[in-house]
Amino acid sequence: MRRHHWKFAVLLLLALLVAPGSGKLSNFSARAETAPSVAEVKIDNFTFEPQALKVKAGTTITWTNRDDIPHTVVSSDFLFKSKALDTDDKFTFAPTKPGTYSYFCSIHPKMTGKVIVE
Amino acid sequence: MAARTGDRILFDHNHDGIDRRGFLKCMAWAGTGALCVVEGGVLKSYALSGPGAKHAKGDLSFVQISDSHMGFNKPANPDVVATLKAAVDKIDALPVAPEFILHTGDISHLSKPEEFDNVDQILKEARPQEVFFVPGEHDVLDDEGKQYRERYGKNTKGAGWYSFDKKGVHFIGLVNVLNLKAGGLGTLGAEQLEWLEDDVKHLSQSTPIIVFAHIPLWTVYADWGWGTSDSAQALSYLKRFGSVTVLNGHIHQTMQKVEGNVTFHTAASTAFPQPKPGSAPSPGPMKVAAEQLRGLLGISDVNVAHGRRALAVTDSTLE
Repeated sequence: MRRHHWKFAVLLLLALLVAPGSGKLSNFSARAETAPSVAEVKIDNFTFEPQALKVKAGTTITWTNRDDIPHTVVSSDFLFKSKALDTDDKFTFAPTKPGTYSYFCSIHPKMTGKVIVE
Repeated sequence: MAARTGDRILFDHNHDGIDRRGFLKCMAWAGTGALCVVEGGVLKSYALSGPGAKHAKGDLSFVQISDSHMGFNKPANPDVVATLKAAVDKIDALPVAPEFILHTGDISHLSKPEEFDNVDQILKEARPQEVFFVPGEHDVLDDEGKQYRERYGKNTKGAGWYSFDKKGVHFIGLVNVLNLKAGGLGTLGAEQLEWLEDDVKHLSQSTPIIVFAHIPLWTVYADWGWGTSDSAQALSYLKRFGSVTVLNGHIHQTMQKVEGNVTFHTAASTAFPQPKPGSAPSPGPMKVAAEQLRGLLGISDVNVAHGRRALAVTDSTLE
């Protein structure tokens, strides 16, 4: 019984904190939108999929090699550069600045992709 | 690539008067295991058991192997050690003992020290004790070829290129797997091209030239990166020579082409086959039935006969 009373008190307190301004609530949800998120690029059949990936700044991008042959992920300006990724190996990078980042596989340079950071 | 039923295909390239159309016809037969010989500019073909099946004899004999991919363990070849050993057995069984081995790269699959160690160990068992290497892209992963050069590049220049002479034949080992540019093909680079021009300057035009490099020095299939962007520049330095032969690997299948004074040849892999250009969504390893595998792997035996300005390349599968 006592526990229920305590829980009720906490809920009441929360309600009082949130209630005074609906503005505060929207602030809270706006922050949730910009919170770090994740994105995936799959390497399959000597291609990056998706070939062009659009993300928000701070998004952690994970490349996974699903081929039987090693590949790399190297940005044209060498901002990011993975080691050789064997089958199922992963590489992550989280771009912070908006812009378009072209990258390629330095072992099979015909394989190209880009990340568009907003 | 169609499975071959026979185990010997012979190309005797005479650079004096090859019939290009006849040559292509010969290529078509090659896929079914026929024997093709160009003699005095006339193309002759024989069945494998026919009179031409005798081994070509010459002044210099060596063997090319390629793409051993030590460390690869996926379909269609979970045992690349066994197939490399089979290649060594094949080399030792050749009717004319080759004087040395040329390995045209992708020695290892992932540039791991133990992968190189393994290949060295297996090749030590071969009768020819001298082995010449050029790196493949799999041999220079993550270190720009530093480890490769420490192991195999003692007397080489730049990224690992070099030349040497054997019985009057000038051999040139080139590196076209480093500093690759996005969207591009294999690259030799300005420094190496400059060295090459200088390297052949002093040679008489009757010197037979053999160039070996990992990625083909002619564009086999650009969409898969099977070519070298500045190879035309390299070949321009070799125009004045009567006999130029280019030996490559990388594409895990045998292929031939004659262009003027130059004969191009690619060797099969000892590890796994790759699809014919454009015949699959990607150049990834071809998955074939276990009993088909060794028919798609192989070695290339090369015989040089002075005076004839002709070079015989014999591809044998590992069956």
